[in-house]
Amino acid sequence: MITIFGVPLQALMGQLLIGLINGAFYALLSLGLAIIFGLLNVINFAHGALYTTGAFVAWFLLQYAGIGYWGALVISPLAVGLLGVVIERTMLKRLYGLDPLYGLLLTFGLALIIQGLFLNRFGSSGEPYAIPEALSGGLNLGFMFLPNYRAWVIGFSVVVCLATWFVIERTRLGSYLRAGTENPVLVQAFGINVPRMITLTYAFGVALAALAGVLAAPIYRVNPLMGSDLIIVVFAVVVIGGMGSIIGSIVTGFALGVVEGLTKVFYPEASNVVIFVIMAIVLLVKSAGLFGRTAQ
Amino acid sequence: MNTNATTAKSPHRPLTLRTLAQGQAIPILVMIGLFAVAPFVVYPVFLMKALCFALFACAFNLLLGYVGLVSFGHALFLGSAGYAAAHAAKVWGLPPELAILFGTAVATALGALVGAIAIRRQGIYLAMITLALAQMAYFFFLQAKFTGGEDGIQAVPRGRLFGLFDLREMMTLYFVVLAIFVGGFLLIYRAVHSPFGQVLKAIRENEPRAISLGYKPDHYKLIAFVLSAALSGLAGGTKAIVFQLASLTDVHWNTSGEVILMTLLGGLGTILGPVAGGVIVVALENYLPRLGVPVTVAEGVIFVVCVLMFRRGVIGELSRLLKRPM
Amino acid sequence: MFGGSVVKLVVVLSAMAGAARAEMTDNVIKIGVMNDQSGLYADLSGQGSVLAAKMAVADSGGKVDGTPVEVIFADHQNKADVGSNIARTWLDVDKVDVIVDVPTSSVALAVNEVVRSKNKVFLVSGAATSDLTGSKCSPNTIHWTYDNWSLANGTGKEVVKQGGDTWFFLTADYAFGHDLERNVSAVVKASGGKVLGAVRHPLNTGDFSSFLLQAQSSKAKIIGLANAGGDTINAIKAASEFGIIKGGQKLAGLLVFITDVHALGLPTAQGLQLTESFYWDRDDKTRAFSKRFADANKGREPSMVQAGVYSAVLHYLKAVKSLKNDADGKAVVAKMKEMPTDDPVFGKGTIRADGRKIHPMYLYEVKKPAESKKPWDYYKLVREIPAAEAFKPLNESECPLVKRT
Repeated sequence: MITIFGVPLQALMGQLLIGLINGAFYALLSLGLAIIFGLLNVINFAHGALYTTGAFVAWFLLQYAGIGYWGALVISPLAVGLLGVVIERTMLKRLYGLDPLYGLLLTFGLALIIQGLFLNRFGSSGEPYAIPEALSGGLNLGFMFLPNYRAWVIGFSVVVCLATWFVIERTRLGSYLRAGTENPVLVQAFGINVPRMITLTYAFGVALAALAGVLAAPIYRVNPLMGSDLIIVVFAVVVIGGMGSIIGSIVTGFALGVVEGLTKVFYPEASNVVIFVIMAIVLLVKSAGLFGRTAQ
Repeated sequence: MNTNATTAKSPHRPLTLRTLAQGQAIPILVMIGLFAVAPFVVYPVFLMKALCFALFACAFNLLLGYVGLVSFGHALFLGSAGYAAAHAAKVWGLPPELAILFGTAVATALGALVGAIAIRRQGIYLAMITLALAQMAYFFFLQAKFTGGEDGIQAVPRGRLFGLFDLREMMTLYFVVLAIFVGGFLLIYRAVHSPFGQVLKAIRENEPRAISLGYKPDHYKLIAFVLSAALSGLAGGTKAIVFQLASLTDVHWNTSGEVILMTLLGGLGTILGPVAGGVIVVALENYLPRLGVPVTVAEGVIFVVCVLMFRRGVIGELSRLLKRPM
Repeated sequence: MFGGSVVKLVVVLSAMAGAARAEMTDNVIKIGVMNDQSGLYADLSGQGSVLAAKMAVADSGGKVDGTPVEVIFADHQNKADVGSNIARTWLDVDKVDVIVDVPTSSVALAVNEVVRSKNKVFLVSGAATSDLTGSKCSPNTIHWTYDNWSLANGTGKEVVKQGGDTWFFLTADYAFGHDLERNVSAVVKASGGKVLGAVRHPLNTGDFSSFLLQAQSSKAKIIGLANAGGDTINAIKAASEFGIIKGGQKLAGLLVFITDVHALGLPTAQGLQLTESFYWDRDDKTRAFSKRFADANKGREPSMVQAGVYSAVLHYLKAVKSLKNDADGKAVVAKMKEMPTDDPVFGKGTIRADGRKIHPMYLYEVKKPAESKKPWDYYKLVREIPAAEAFKPLNESECPLVKRT
């Protein structure tokens, strides 16, 4: 048995792979958060709750409409995106001139409402959601047995993240978005409907969260608390990667998932804390984060 | 009724009987009076919980309302003091006054540590650092043997205060807790209405100018942080003795969110606001479940409503109505 | 101070005045059912336990010598601080006389202390920690349905006997998990086996993949699941997803309820060995009781925890009737220990000085799908463990209440 630092290779590779899976969720969620923060300067505390909502929409679709996983992958983000439009139009819009603290508190309140409603209806252990037929079973990689579904999660997340990055960094729409972040007034003067862009950006960000929720449903069970513990870690990821930096959140998300997985092998008790330790260090050394722009 | 508009932004007002007689003395006395008679009408254990959280919220408000620093990890100070006091009372057999003091001391030390690290950054980054440090502490408490993990430290003895007062008697315990609360509250009042408080205000309103006048903001911020942490610790230590239990709930970030809610609801930057906020939130948590109303949803709705329409909070609005500072 | 002494005086006077007739505190006997109403243990306790308590009240005539009996309930959310607050409020303000059920050992331990300090009665059906009749035993508490020692003695011993001599534990990180792991480890080692390691997971873990991976790399023959409810279900599901069973390792569910088997389904759960003190299909008496229960519970058969609540409340009401008073918790419990128990759930039994209820335990194996004729027809009996052997011997108890001769 090969060992690295006294740990069997099998265990190491296994935990690394699981780390990548977790990293995929971190990346997707922090991507949405970073986009929202970049353009709206709002720290969307409701992101975790909307991720949970995405998973529940998938469950509802299966229970009551007979629409399975593949349909849910499309419908759930659209539905939650619509909800995002409503939230932005009715509530967030009123807070733009104020201290960003208020935006955070509002979204925190929204998170409590959403989570509370689900808790009330479903209880804290939630509902099971089956892995879609086409993705069940797995591959014996020798050092571990990799379920097909988990491989799909990694692959699909990478594709979505790269596609988003491409749109934002390499297309005209993306350039409007980036310009809007830097100087909304000027961009508006060019005839681009900035408020609508902002609304759509928020909707897109939360749609990404919902997509992550659908991906997560077969793995974690659809339960009301799935977002709340995740959101704190995702904040840490965004801060480390650089708030507002797209590539930063993607890379950091996957990287931190792997770091967490490695820590589980060598020092399991610290695996929950390691991300926060890194965040504290990064904040003290370079407050804008690893990929962020100049410090505020 | 003193309708002097400038008392709202009062200059240096020493805590003398004369200045007490004007300004905020009456609302404060009303509050203390209410708390003194309440236990004969309302379940004292509920009131004690409200008092502990009210003190916690007041301490938090010192930092947020008066200095303008947002901390997302304040539960760390509440909970760590609770664990420390519980451990001191149960395992070392210390009498309650020493156990609570020990808890406060632990929170103070942590406040100095966290504050020193956090104030090097501003705004949202400061908030994130406090969150990161609090989460690290949470997982430490989850793992450490002495905290008992999910079980918490149970069966914490109440003991005899100063060897004289048997804290197992409900009313004795209540008035001790009230005394602690009033003491902490007056300390905060004194700090805010003092030269120190004035400098803090100056830093919050225009930091570069305060620097140009020769003040070192970091010193002041750190002292405010430590003071806030210490009083949060006092609340936490007292709570552990009252409820004879120290658990993970008190160091979880949900509790950090709760104290923000209490302060916001009560009124940022008012002296009585956090007290009102603390009492209301504890009351909601106690009585809503009996009515079948989901507490989390109610708290969320209050957050949203307060942020959108009601930013001054209960006491803030009351203060505006009565045209006097509260 | 003053207020407390006045209350005490009033209680003493009213107790004295009521010597001849049945004089219950506040002229009502209030039973408080506290458990998990919405979380991972809600299926095995929850509203089902409330129903069981109400059935026991109805079977006792709904009153005790003219004093009405009320049942209230609350959700402790599996948190010790919430549970102890509810207990305190119930006993101080709501005049509750007895608290029953309380799954989640950390909450049970906290409630145990509150009830002890206020001299009321605590009848534990849901929690498992043997400490309730060990180091934390109390003259106000009776530990009813089962405990960790009996589970270790049942499932643990049997699995080792069948050749499972190397173990790795997946332990829920709180009082119950640690206690169960401790008990089973002792049994494994005493039977000549070895414990290769353990990993602690937080209560209510959704994703067991990384923990199971560690169990896999330990190469232990048996992966012991020292957890319960939703956690056990998730662990078993994940084990099947990650090919643990195919890889040759076996799972030992150390605390599995019939509600878990129902949630897992027979294809996944078949062959699992478990120890319970009650099965709805055991004999005619249990079948009759369970039919009444299921008819009022949407067709779901009772778990042993819910059945235990029925048995406990029934016996409590008998004791209170005989004593004609419910004010003194210690006295009621002493009476309950004095009277032998008899009910359709556990049959005939006794209650020991340390507060441990004694009855037989049963080792069951989950049927294959082909062997089951209808829903809830899940178990076949492997062995009945007689009452005398089922629980920790009294002379090994750490309970201070037990007199040593």
